[in-house]
Amino acid sequence: MRRIAVVVMTSVLALAGCSSGGDDAASGDTAASACAPSTGKVDLTFTSWIPGIEEVVKVWNDKNPNIQVKVQTGPNGNGGTYQNFFNQLKAGNAPDLGQIEYDTLPSFRVQDGLANLAACDIVTGAKDKFVDWTWNQVTFGGQDTVYGIPQDAGPMALFYRADLFKQNGIAVPTTWAEYAAAAEKVKAAGGYITNFSQSDVNQFAGLAWQAGGRWFGNDGSQWTVDFSDAKTTQVADYWQDLISRKLVSTVPPWTTEWDNAYNTGQAWTWVSAVWGANSIATGAPTTKGKWAVAPMPQWSAGDKSAGNWGGSSTAVFKSSKHPYEAAQFALWLNSSDEALTLLNQKANLYPATKSGATLPALTTGVDFYGGQKIYEVFAEASTQVSPDFVWGPLMTKTYADAADGFKAAVSGQGTLAEALKTAQSSTIQAMKSQAIPVKG
Amino acid sequence: MRSRESLFSRTAAMLVMGVFAFYILLPVWWLIVAATKDREQFTGTNPLWFADFAFVDNVRELLTYRDGVFLRWMGNSIAYTGGAALCGTLLAAMCGYALSKYRFPGRETLFNIVLGGVLVPATALALPLFLIFSYVGATNTFWAVFLPSIVNPFGVYLAQIYAGASVPDELLEAARIDGSGEVRTFFTVSSRLMFPGLVTIFLFHFVAVWNSFLLPLIMLGDERLFPVTLGLYTWNTQVNQLPELRGLVLVGSLLSIAPLIVAFLLLQRFWRNGLGTGAIK
Repeated sequence: MRRIAVVVMTSVLALAGCSSGGDDAASGDTAASACAPSTGKVDLTFTSWIPGIEEVVKVWNDKNPNIQVKVQTGPNGNGGTYQNFFNQLKAGNAPDLGQIEYDTLPSFRVQDGLANLAACDIVTGAKDKFVDWTWNQVTFGGQDTVYGIPQDAGPMALFYRADLFKQNGIAVPTTWAEYAAAAEKVKAAGGYITNFSQSDVNQFAGLAWQAGGRWFGNDGSQWTVDFSDAKTTQVADYWQDLISRKLVSTVPPWTTEWDNAYNTGQAWTWVSAVWGANSIATGAPTTKGKWAVAPMPQWSAGDKSAGNWGGSSTAVFKSSKHPYEAAQFALWLNSSDEALTLLNQKANLYPATKSGATLPALTTGVDFYGGQKIYEVFAEASTQVSPDFVWGPLMTKTYADAADGFKAAVSGQGTLAEALKTAQSSTIQAMKSQAIPVKG
Repeated sequence: MRSRESLFSRTAAMLVMGVFAFYILLPVWWLIVAATKDREQFTGTNPLWFADFAFVDNVRELLTYRDGVFLRWMGNSIAYTGGAALCGTLLAAMCGYALSKYRFPGRETLFNIVLGGVLVPATALALPLFLIFSYVGATNTFWAVFLPSIVNPFGVYLAQIYAGASVPDELLEAARIDGSGEVRTFFTVSSRLMFPGLVTIFLFHFVAVWNSFLLPLIMLGDERLFPVTLGLYTWNTQVNQLPELRGLVLVGSLLSIAPLIVAFLLLQRFWRNGLGTGAIK
């Protein structure tokens, strides 16, 4: 009896093992596939986890009887939808279009799951509509590659408690040195200047991005991985110093404890992306009218650079039979005023287009921020994001490894810089084991 | 001395039970309290005690959000779970009964394979099932979740034990002599004798399918087919984007455990009997 059970178990494990083996990394195949319009009525499927996306797509469907888009939904990308995409690519029933965050696009690229839209003249012609750095996020810097249409962006700025800074006579920091100095005064006044997030490694990536850190490179034949370049190390050491001196709190992010720290005035600032405006407004409702937004502190006085945290693209999967129509829909979804307005209303998406910054909803004052036109700050930040930051092909793994190290560092074991070094070697290791060509 | 000892051990037992009850009930208590608070008081007030009672408003918001999609999810869950538990219990009962009462070649082997099936976690089967359903083009349908949920090897194992314990062979002989067919005997005599055991199987199966998550996550893309577990999880992953969803997830979680509690309250009388029957023999 026991023997049979063992046989059953092993065969199941073998089956599961077969299906999780990765395809070989294809990095040489950059030729764009053909992109010709189909004849007759076209039905497309589109998977996205944007709340309320059905209503946006309905506007398209009403106007385009010959290109009907069916929405599928699910949890957010890392919550299961990306894994579903991989399963569906294997099973041959992937949707035509899918929502993929910028930091995960390379994962699908190395699995050869994405259609190259560079052959679609409507796509290459739309390049100038999008903010330069967002376009680079979907081309990976290549001239004849386009692996998605930028959807939204997360330019970063400094949210701060205007009332508390004023009451305590502390100037709003414009450089990171001033920010550290302000942190001491805030501590003396009984608060923390901010909460260092031990698990949002992508926020830290945004901070490194601003400083000029570059984590990944790809010269077309192999990847380079470096989380300990001078700029990234500078950022890591800076925050390590604030953590060691206990000038920042370290409660886990996105918890009620964290909301409470902001709601009760324990945390005074948050260096976050544009979508963070809504997180504060909902998480800390009693502080209404007391917040304001300023540009990110700079590493040298007078500089103008910003980081980015988050943002998605709409990609067309390689298995799609109608890349032209899919691209047409993706362009409408992410660059037409009507779609961008709806996406902003339903899900607070901040558009990746240049003209998106002038949507009426993004040029008016926001009550929660004392009537400040906060989106103007983010619109300016968006133009200051460097276009040459590249994501790696295994970001989920990289994030998880770095977050483990960050968690240890905030509890006093090791440092952020060491955590990044460990994450770097484990990322390289994982890439090698998946036969992704990598240097080092 | 003896009585003091037993008093001591009774107190100790009560203490251990009390600690466990507290440990298990505390999150439920937190959930009940959190579900009655409005968004503003949720973060600001004591998490284990009530503030202004906004439960009715919260429920109304949940039930009307996005045209009442939550109710649809609850309905789906009841359809998946109730249907799968009923069909699954019937299948398990027939299977276990046959394995217990009939002698046929390969019986032992069959039973051992079923036992092996008990050891295979449902999560390990989700991906192979997805590939199979993809092959026949049936993913993203009601059946993609319903059909795999019917199978319950543990139920077969239990049914085999219950059938052996509660259906005397003499009775079956008597039924045969009286001219009753095997199927008729099963439905009119044996299944009634096994009833308490079947309730147990039904309850186990009901809970397992109600809580099943990975299978629908992998199979379904159409929101209108989601069970409530997957729907709430989906909302929960969108909290960063749309923080107001957090309150809906809390109230939804509370409402989503209600059917389980109802099922237990209605069936626990049978269940206790059933557990006893199995344990003695």
